[in-house]
Amino acid sequence: MTYQLPPLLPALPELILAAGAMVLLMLGAFRGEKSTPLVNCLAIILLVIAALVVAWMPGDKLSTFGGSFVVDDFARFLKILSFAGSAAAILMSLTFLAAEKQQKFEFAILILLATTGMGMMISAADLIALYLGLELMSLSLYVVAASNRDSLRSTEAGLKYFVLGGLSSGMLLYGASLIYGTTGTVSFSGIAQASTQGGLGLVFGLVFLFAGFCFKVSAVPFHMWTPDVYEGAPTPVTAFFAAAPKVAGIAMFVRATVTAFPGIVTEWQQIVVFVSIASMALGAFAAIGQRNIKRLMAYSSIGHMGFALVGLAAATTGDLRAQAVQGVLVYIAIYLTMTLGVFACILSMRRPKGMVEEISDLAGLARTKPAMAFLLAMLLFSMAGIPPLAGFFAKFYVFLAAIKAGLFTLAVIGVVTSVIGAYYYLLIVKVMYFDEPAPAFAPMPNEQVAVLAVTGIFNVLFFLYPAPLLDAATLAAKSLF
Amino acid sequence: MYQAIVFLPLLGCLIAGLFGRLIGPRPSEVVTTTFLFISMALSWIAFVQVGLLHHDERVLLTTWMSSGDLKVDWSLRIDTLTVVMLVVVTTISAFVHLYSIGYMADDPHRPRFFSYLSLFTFAMLMLVTSDNLVQLFFGWEGVGLMSYLLIGFWYLKPEANAAAIKAFIVNRIGDFGFALGIFAVYMMTGSVVLDIVFAQAPALLGKTINFFGWQADALTLICLLLFMGAMGKSAQFLLHTWLPDAMEGPTPVSALIHAATMVTAGVFMVARLSPLFELSPTAAGFVTLVGATTAFFAATVGLVQNDIKRIVAYSTCSQLGYMFVAMGVGAYSVGMWHLFTHAFFKALLFLGSGSVIIAMHHEQDIRHMGGLRRKIPFTYWTMVVGTLALTGFPFTAGFYSKDAIIEAAYAGTNPFALYAFILTVTAALLTSFYSWRLIFKTFHGEPHDRHHYDAARESPYVILVPLVFLAAGSIIAGWPFKELFAGEAVGEFFRDSLKFADGNHILDAMHHVPWPIVMLPTLMMAIGFLIAWLFYIRNPRIPEALARQHDALYRFLLNKWYFDELYELVFVRSTKWLGRLLWKGGDGWLIDGFGPDGVSARVLDVTRNVVRLQTGYLYHYAFAMLIGAAALITWFMFAGGH
Repeated sequence: MTYQLPPLLPALPELILAAGAMVLLMLGAFRGEKSTPLVNCLAIILLVIAALVVAWMPGDKLSTFGGSFVVDDFARFLKILSFAGSAAAILMSLTFLAAEKQQKFEFAILILLATTGMGMMISAADLIALYLGLELMSLSLYVVAASNRDSLRSTEAGLKYFVLGGLSSGMLLYGASLIYGTTGTVSFSGIAQASTQGGLGLVFGLVFLFAGFCFKVSAVPFHMWTPDVYEGAPTPVTAFFAAAPKVAGIAMFVRATVTAFPGIVTEWQQIVVFVSIASMALGAFAAIGQRNIKRLMAYSSIGHMGFALVGLAAATTGDLRAQAVQGVLVYIAIYLTMTLGVFACILSMRRPKGMVEEISDLAGLARTKPAMAFLLAMLLFSMAGIPPLAGFFAKFYVFLAAIKAGLFTLAVIGVVTSVIGAYYYLLIVKVMYFDEPAPAFAPMPNEQVAVLAVTGIFNVLFFLYPAPLLDAATLAAKSLF
Repeated sequence: MYQAIVFLPLLGCLIAGLFGRLIGPRPSEVVTTTFLFISMALSWIAFVQVGLLHHDERVLLTTWMSSGDLKVDWSLRIDTLTVVMLVVVTTISAFVHLYSIGYMADDPHRPRFFSYLSLFTFAMLMLVTSDNLVQLFFGWEGVGLMSYLLIGFWYLKPEANAAAIKAFIVNRIGDFGFALGIFAVYMMTGSVVLDIVFAQAPALLGKTINFFGWQADALTLICLLLFMGAMGKSAQFLLHTWLPDAMEGPTPVSALIHAATMVTAGVFMVARLSPLFELSPTAAGFVTLVGATTAFFAATVGLVQNDIKRIVAYSTCSQLGYMFVAMGVGAYSVGMWHLFTHAFFKALLFLGSGSVIIAMHHEQDIRHMGGLRRKIPFTYWTMVVGTLALTGFPFTAGFYSKDAIIEAAYAGTNPFALYAFILTVTAALLTSFYSWRLIFKTFHGEPHDRHHYDAARESPYVILVPLVFLAAGSIIAGWPFKELFAGEAVGEFFRDSLKFADGNHILDAMHHVPWPIVMLPTLMMAIGFLIAWLFYIRNPRIPEALARQHDALYRFLLNKWYFDELYELVFVRSTKWLGRLLWKGGDGWLIDGFGPDGVSARVLDVTRNVVRLQTGYLYHYAFAMLIGAAALITWFMFAGGH
């Protein structure tokens, strides 16, 4: 028996990130805390390089490691998004961590490792690869969540996330083993071939597998960790949580669902519809009661994941599948920009006495910082789905897919909850524009200005030239089928 | 040229309206007035071109809308009927612009005023030049809007606002009918273009429209609905209540809109649609009935009013009734002639009243005037000319046109013609009386308000010059045009723009009425004059005694037959009651309670409960996850697809 090294080119971005993370770890370990700025800077560069490599990787569809790791347009699209999300998260953390005296070189390295995990999740074509990627990402995230060791809230958040994450991993593994037990294979294509008959065992496995997926994208009823962790974790960590891991989670959810279970569409569609409705509704209703903007963003992201899953629920048969997946991809891409933009603002809510995170602290922002208030308002309108901003098109495509798939109830509930959800976004705008000004915030750091400007302008002007994103998403969606 | 006539006022409006603050009031006045005079000159050229030299024209401006079968163009239909209206509208409007420079001299919002005046003129010109019913409706609503804005021009006066709203709402009632009429025309003929509609009209004879289960004769229903619009716009009986109140607007507005042009739009519309009205004797009879009733009713109310402008306003209402009588009996050209002459002498009377009002420092009650002829002789003499024309003194314009209407009513063949004849003759007597009453109480006798009397001064030339021209018009608009409007030349002059059905020989018949009938209106005029002279010059105590003696009648007239009170009781109160019910009960309780307010309250309830779920305890969270998974499993075990 001879052993041949599998081709490594398809995994090159992940290899770069993993090797880079270890090099940076050495750098940090030998040069101490003072190397943090350098590590941060190099981490961002590594992410950019990895993203460029993804973009330049040749061929339509590459696969390696015995078919368990594939790189197709779908993977390229989402990897670029998640790498960009991670890079933006590191970028936005710089000033914050320096000001809060929480600079640690491990932060960027952990994010690099988590991003490596995301890359693997996005490319995973069997259950084992998927679990490896997922766990690599999750373990890094648990640590990052608790990275402010001196804060009770941060450690509590990390612990809660860890325990519940462990539970969800257990459920996912249990589901995976049930699926393996009924089909005799772990590869998605093999499961697809073996699962045409359905069967209760397979469906049980599906439910548990989905429980794990839902936990990662924080869909109801596996969402409970989200508000506490978002609130408790340091804000840059929250910004990171809300962005890149969600992209990876949705990627994993979509790929596994549409490639491994085309034989039991009825079953998985029921689950997706249920969690989608539950997430949209909870996201809308619960967010209204929030005073803390990070908590509000937690519910907002729960709601947004619900909307994204509307698209997945429509990905059932024929040409519609590609269209529905395209809707999901457009949604997640726009969601990423909106979230990063809003967190750029939240990370700029600094007064001389320190960071503030209540909605009422934004009062009268339009008068103290009109440009920031305007862009934030635009992002919030976009999140609420008001035309002609990008968020409207995001919702439009997933609802369109749902309507074409005949899921009228789902679409109607989606629209109703987005109306309810609009209330809390508009409330923030109202606070910014009509309330008596609170004391002004400290000047916005340049990194935040950059992120806010790019995302804000993207959201405002998206409707003028949507073709690049839509085309890329179409291409990516088609590569799955 | 025709484009210039119609669009110069619009250009003036835009300049004064948009740049009025920039260029100041004086340039605004000069620009709008100059444009109007150019427009007037071109209109008279058009009058010669089209009316006398017979060069009819259609000017297509652009397509307005094209949806399925419905095609509507912006176009100018230039025929004799149009050019008659063009000269009336632009001439009166030009002089009113000029007059307003003097009348509004102290007003801080002159650019706005002139902009409105010009825009009104534009809308009126669009109305009279329209080639289809939709453009007609556009102009119709345009003048209605401008009337609203101009009545309420002094928007700080609550009475002016109330009057403006009243005018607008009463006109809406008429316009509702008008719009239904247009719909009915489109439904029956498939077009709103006048030529096509007229060509189709004979085919509609005997057809019916199902109107709430009632099989109405199509043509009659269409004509009655369209006439409802005319009743509103021309302040005919039952829809007249807005016109007297409209006198709250500045006097030049009253002269232009509420005497010479807008209120005659209804008359014009009936003339324009004569091919339809010719086919429906029932509708024509109704027009006669309403016109005659209005002529008489308004004249009786005019007898006892004390506000100088309101007297003239009721007189306008009454004269519009005359015009409709002419339309109703089929003498369309005669009605148009009265419209033409009336525009001059009624504008003159209004502008003269304005001159009096300025001299009296905005005192409008004739009981406080008196003896003014010594102070403002120029105004006095022009007013006398206007009054002579109005009352039909021989050889003035009104003498010819009004007598022609009364003769037409006598010669008319429809069932209400005799009724119309009697009422119009009576109204001629009343008209003479109240007109001379106004002159005598204002200009003769002893001054009743020494203070105002002493301060009275003749108005500036910019005011007096329009009076002279209008006075001249009040005389020469009569005899020289007799042949064109009521003589042998009618057919040649109007050609296709008016339709006289084959059986309609009214214009011939008019010339064969016996001579006592011809003399009757003049006699009535003389009697009215004598009574007025007796009452207000010879023995001023008679009217008071008479009023005391017939107290009920006096009050009935003074309160305008109690129409306002009746409407208040029947329509306004019930509408307000219904409005309050729908507001408090329907909107506040039902819709808000179960709609926005109720829903938002429920949302908050849900929010409270959902938030309470988020306890912060780890085992609760884990429990939720397991319950979720268990619920899904249970679902699939017992229900989902198996």
